[in-house]
Amino acid sequence: MLTIKNLHAEVEGKKILKGINLEINKGEMHAIMGPNGSGKSSLASVLAGRDNYTVTEGEVWFNGKNLLDLSPEDRAREGVFLAFQYPVEIPGVSNLNFLKTALNEIRAYKGLPALEAREFLKLTKEKQQLVDFHSNLMNRSLNEGFSGGEKKRNEIFQLAMLDPQLAILDETDSGLDIDALRIVSNGVNKLRDAEKSFVVITHYQRLLEYIIPDFVHVLYNGRIIKTGTKELALELEERGYDWLKEELHLKESV
Amino acid sequence: MINSNEIIDDIANKEYEFGFTTDIEMDIAPPGLNEDIIRFISAKKNEPEWLLEWRLKGFAAFKKMEFPKWQHFEMPALDLQAVSYYAAPRKKKQLNSLDEVDPELLATFEKLGIPLNEQKALTGVAVDAVFDSVSVATTFKGKLKEMGVIFCSFGEAVQEHPELVKKYLGSVVPHTDNIFAALNSAVFSDGSFVYIPKGVRCPMELSTYFRINAQNTGQFERTLIIADDNSYVSYLEGCTAPMRDENQLHAAVVELVALEHAEIKYSTVQNWYPGDKDGKGGIYNFVTKRGICKGAASKISWTQVETGSAITWKYPSVILQGDHSEGEFYSVAVVRNKQIADTGTKIHHIGKGTKSRIISKGISAGHGDNSYRGLVSVGPRADNARNFTQCDSLLIGNQCGSHTFPYIESRNKSAMIEHEATTSKIGEDQIFYLNQRGIDSEKAVALIVNGYVKEVLNQLPMEFAVEAQKLLSITLEGSVG
Repeated sequence: MLTIKNLHAEVEGKKILKGINLEINKGEMHAIMGPNGSGKSSLASVLAGRDNYTVTEGEVWFNGKNLLDLSPEDRAREGVFLAFQYPVEIPGVSNLNFLKTALNEIRAYKGLPALEAREFLKLTKEKQQLVDFHSNLMNRSLNEGFSGGEKKRNEIFQLAMLDPQLAILDETDSGLDIDALRIVSNGVNKLRDAEKSFVVITHYQRLLEYIIPDFVHVLYNGRIIKTGTKELALELEERGYDWLKEELHLKESV
Repeated sequence: MINSNEIIDDIANKEYEFGFTTDIEMDIAPPGLNEDIIRFISAKKNEPEWLLEWRLKGFAAFKKMEFPKWQHFEMPALDLQAVSYYAAPRKKKQLNSLDEVDPELLATFEKLGIPLNEQKALTGVAVDAVFDSVSVATTFKGKLKEMGVIFCSFGEAVQEHPELVKKYLGSVVPHTDNIFAALNSAVFSDGSFVYIPKGVRCPMELSTYFRINAQNTGQFERTLIIADDNSYVSYLEGCTAPMRDENQLHAAVVELVALEHAEIKYSTVQNWYPGDKDGKGGIYNFVTKRGICKGAASKISWTQVETGSAITWKYPSVILQGDHSEGEFYSVAVVRNKQIADTGTKIHHIGKGTKSRIISKGISAGHGDNSYRGLVSVGPRADNARNFTQCDSLLIGNQCGSHTFPYIESRNKSAMIEHEATTSKIGEDQIFYLNQRGIDSEKAVALIVNGYVKEVLNQLPMEFAVEAQKLLSITLEGSVG
């Protein structure tokens, strides 16, 4: 579904991604870990099309389409969803109105008619229950005055509503207490199916106790330096990243 | 990929869509401001002697006054002698019905989306159309007359209801009030007049549509609305002008009088030509609007959506004289390109238990400069007066300006006055967030702006809220969902 080939990107002239290769198939859960500043969030931003990132080399294919040719909104409409690390607040725009606009824009792109109010509300109710999202947050302005946990839960709720093919969760676990972490993880697990793929970006192994990944990749200095299964995450938790860095330097000095 | 700078350029450079001119035979007085022109206007309108005298008093006051210096913009050079103070579509004879109005004029209003044909008109809205200096048509007059509601041009009111005009003209905005009000008193051409009798709830929205067409003219209309005891009226004004390279002055006066338990809701959707992107041309909108809640428990509410004019300079105000009377001011003011707005309100609490609410939403884009200026004063008699003010500014891009000048004067210890203010910016982050949910940048801006002004637009009558929303989106970008 998603193929990243030798992806290089920079921001303000600084090289951030230095040759990422990654293949994600339908239904897979990939975790990307790595120390601070390794390029994890940058990868998410480049895939979503944030305009201060410049791709200097490489390709990204999404369901046979060149993702890098598409505007951010068209990437979203094609089915790429980014759960933001820091969701923005938009005063005066209700969560409900925002979601309706987003959903109908995506439907229009696919040639589907706008959802009628009744169907939309039905869908809203269903997804709210699925990911355990408070209905009293629905009519509030988008993320305005939400706690950190509520904002992250809103991201997962939006994910449920918009039903993308590929969901990238950018440090969704940061700033969550253990209860919120459990609720968010349960939501994600309920949304997993054979069609949907996930990229979970995280610092900590903790999240991966709840969301079991098929693959774990370690990103360091703009490149994926190691790929493994969920055991790799445990090993990282135990040993940190230094041994990997050393391994890498050894390899490079040979 | 569209970046936010392009959106901002797009927002800043969108063309004005009402800039056409109408080719019509006009009677235009030669430019110049003097007693002769005042006598000419008065004679042309067949006015009684007392009104001519009142005009001349206004002119005398005007001559003694100077332009103010406290405003937050550089006063443009105004050559008031170069302006023509009377311009009217040439009439062949007295008009008896709408059928006799010049088809060219009807077509103009049609093009502006203001059908004057009653069959085609919005149901529930009566319109008085003012073209340059004169009222050309008023719809639904007959229907309103049955209920005793008077809705006609100012000139007609002078002829038909001189006692009401004489009693209330200048009672809220005296001819000495300020230099533009004095000028208006001297040379006002026409405008609308409304009287709602005791106990009548006006069954439809009353609306005046102002159109400046002629070159080198000013527009000086006067609106007077009187709501007698226990009555209610909702009134709306709209305005547009052709695109011209020179600036044109619009110095209107609006006076509202609410008697006991009466309520007046006055809404403005102002879309005068704002000038081009370099700030050339456009209307100077220097208007004095004031209402008095004369009777106990009366209410006056101003709602304004200001998107046009090179300079918008006005403070629709309420004098809360009656005990337990209530005043409201809801405003959205948008500036872009090189537009300037220095607007807000004045609320004077005089009676006991008076209440006021001010919600102001400024939006600045391009090189626009937006100032909110508001006065809340509480007099010694106004026990338990309450005011709530919220004053928000939204910035789009980084070339624009936004300023807030609140003045609070309280001479009563029991008064409660609250003031809240915020400034925010449409950030690239917000636009990107919405992009990432499948919403394009243009719609994203519209969504954010509409969210921001919702509280004010909710105050407008339904049809006009939709119009205003459309106008905002045209002003700020391409289209709105």
